[in-house]
Amino acid sequence: MEAPKITKFASAVSVREYGKDRLEYFYETMLKIRKFEKTVEEKFLGGEIPGFVHLYIGEEAVATGVMSNMSHKDYIESTHRGHGHTIAKGADLNIMMAEIFGKKTGYCKGKGGSMHIASFEIGMLGANGVVGGGYNLAAGAALAQKMQGKKDISAVFFGDGASNRGTFHEAANFASVWKLPLLFVCEMNEYASTTPYRTATSVADIAQRAYGYDMPGVIVEDGNDVLSVHEAAKKLIEYIRAGNGPAFLECKTYRVKGHFVGDPEKYRTREEVQRNIDTRDPLMLFEKKVTEAGIFAHNELTAIQARVDGQIADALKFAKESPEPDASELFKDLYV
Amino acid sequence: MKNITFSQATLEAMEEEMNRDQSVFVMGEDIARQGGIFGQFKGLPDKFGFERIKDTPISETAIIGSAVGAALAGMRPVADMHFADFIGVCMDEIFNQMAKVHYMFGGQKTVPVVVRAPDGIVNQAAAQHSQCVEAWFGHIPGLKVVIPSNAADAKGLLKSAIRDDNPVIYFEHKGLFPIKGDVPEGEHLVEIGKARVDREGVDLTIVTWSMMTHHAAKAADKLASEGIKAEIIDLRSISPWDKEAVLKSVAKTGRLCVAHEAVKQGGFGAEVVATVAEEGMDYLDAPIVRVGAPFCPVPFARPLEQAYRVTADTIYNAVKKIL
Ligand SMILES: Cc1ncc(C[n+]2csc(CCOP(=O)(O)OP(=O)(O)O)c2C)c(N)n1
Ligand SMILES: [Mg+2]
Repeated sequence: MEAPKITKFASAVSVREYGKDRLEYFYETMLKIRKFEKTVEEKFLGGEIPGFVHLYIGEEAVATGVMSNMSHKDYIESTHRGHGHTIAKGADLNIMMAEIFGKKTGYCKGKGGSMHIASFEIGMLGANGVVGGGYNLAAGAALAQKMQGKKDISAVFFGDGASNRGTFHEAANFASVWKLPLLFVCEMNEYASTTPYRTATSVADIAQRAYGYDMPGVIVEDGNDVLSVHEAAKKLIEYIRAGNGPAFLECKTYRVKGHFVGDPEKYRTREEVQRNIDTRDPLMLFEKKVTEAGIFAHNELTAIQARVDGQIADALKFAKESPEPDASELFKDLYV
Repeated sequence: MKNITFSQATLEAMEEEMNRDQSVFVMGEDIARQGGIFGQFKGLPDKFGFERIKDTPISETAIIGSAVGAALAGMRPVADMHFADFIGVCMDEIFNQMAKVHYMFGGQKTVPVVVRAPDGIVNQAAAQHSQCVEAWFGHIPGLKVVIPSNAADAKGLLKSAIRDDNPVIYFEHKGLFPIKGDVPEGEHLVEIGKARVDREGVDLTIVTWSMMTHHAAKAADKLASEGIKAEIIDLRSISPWDKEAVLKSVAKTGRLCVAHEAVKQGGFGAEVVATVAEEGMDYLDAPIVRVGAPFCPVPFARPLEQAYRVTADTIYNAVKKIL
């Protein structure tokens, strides 16, 4: 058999190929992430949210486009920049916001915070404070799915920086040699903290590395186009569900916010960031497409925005009004 | 009772637990086709197939990481480390992932993984194949650490570890594998965290574990010939560890020696001694002694290795100072 190919996903996907409901789902999911993150940023800067926060703003199309091909029975492993993945997987915004505020009502009862959110009931196996920590856990989840004879899959999200961890290579070989149902999703957002991608990574396209592990790789040049991500992920996930083993999806996107909230961003120019916001914003691109095609009128989009605003306001209220965990819970859940 | 080796005892434990629970499986390097480098997995593939007895690539990070992931997805993996020395390769998966998932995610999911780690000095294996590293793991909240010294405990603790919903590191001294011991017939479980009184005595307490229990027994024999009755406490578990059993024994004997094969500096013995100093000072009639290897890597050449090793004589000589 020929080795699977590394290809570029180039074909422009037409919005007309989707029903209106489906398009609304894409839009609403991306909007939820955007508005959730804006609120988190504001509350962090206002001193109401403690710890570290890494925002997913500008990358919404990746999580949304991939997760739109998955159900709650499929698993994901996420990253330090995990809010977008969690929302796209179907998390409850109230419970998520509460966790980020360190409240008892949060997904992890306030023990995790932004970098350690998990929701097992929706198949979200956890964000990870260790860059590159998720690959092998995802491989194990995929191994379990295979041993249990399930048709579900696992996906692991990781950044361009994380692609240089050795853990990737062990998981890739492991998943390939055992033909595990695992999708590697690389979010190439140009930076790993302060480090520009090309100063630290050997290949122009990280998906090239899939070749060495005999798995197909697809590069989505416009990873901010949710439809391209959705279609590319769909094909790979079909391939995985059919029992062919793992696959690799690389989405080129851009981190428009600092690495963490409060990052002085000395490593890039304001012009570079602004250019990306002006020309590549995933929400702007989507709105343009659906209105130009005459599928959504402006006021319809505004109505969706208002609905999401309401959800975020509810989440914020829930988080703020929730109690903090009692100090007596320190040892709770350490051992079973 | 039946008289079987430590290695056979672990095999029985694996077999019984794999028959009992379909979600138990094993993975590691050279365990299926080879039967484990110490033969401790021999015959399991014939009974359970290569699906449940898995040979892995040389990828310790993937072995432990995927064991954690598989546990989160409903399995009960047992992962073999080949040599305990290689555990450093997958330390992040152990101390940041495996140990923390249950707590950090608010108790949503348990992580029933057993990591089997053959440790200790045998056959002049030198610096990277001889270490005892149990103390590292006693310092990590969220893990349990067990370290049997004999066939019966090897079986009982392995079975308990597999049934435990917490992650457990199971240290098995390579020198113990061929040693025979009596193992009870039928279902035999040993509670994690409970020490065993290896022999009773009134003059002095020796707290030890794993292979060192056998050296302590020899030292105690020699002391007995001089009319001194040493009590030996085999801890069996490092985390949680049986503080009560140790304090109770020291209250009786008034003297304490802690002996282990690992280097003395920062060894788990320090924790035992510190606890007795904090909570049992009044029981003591003499200073405490601590016996462990010198603070250097395990050397290769015979005279060097002999100079390094903690033996029955090391224990005997140390103890004589406080009698
Ligand atoms: C093993 C490890 N090394 C370093 C860090 C510190 N750190 C956190 S995020 C990050 C950059 C990650 O970059 P990338 O993988 O591209 O993800 P992005 O932040 O761009 O989404 C670094 C270096 C860490 N958390 N874990
Ligand atoms: Mg990056």
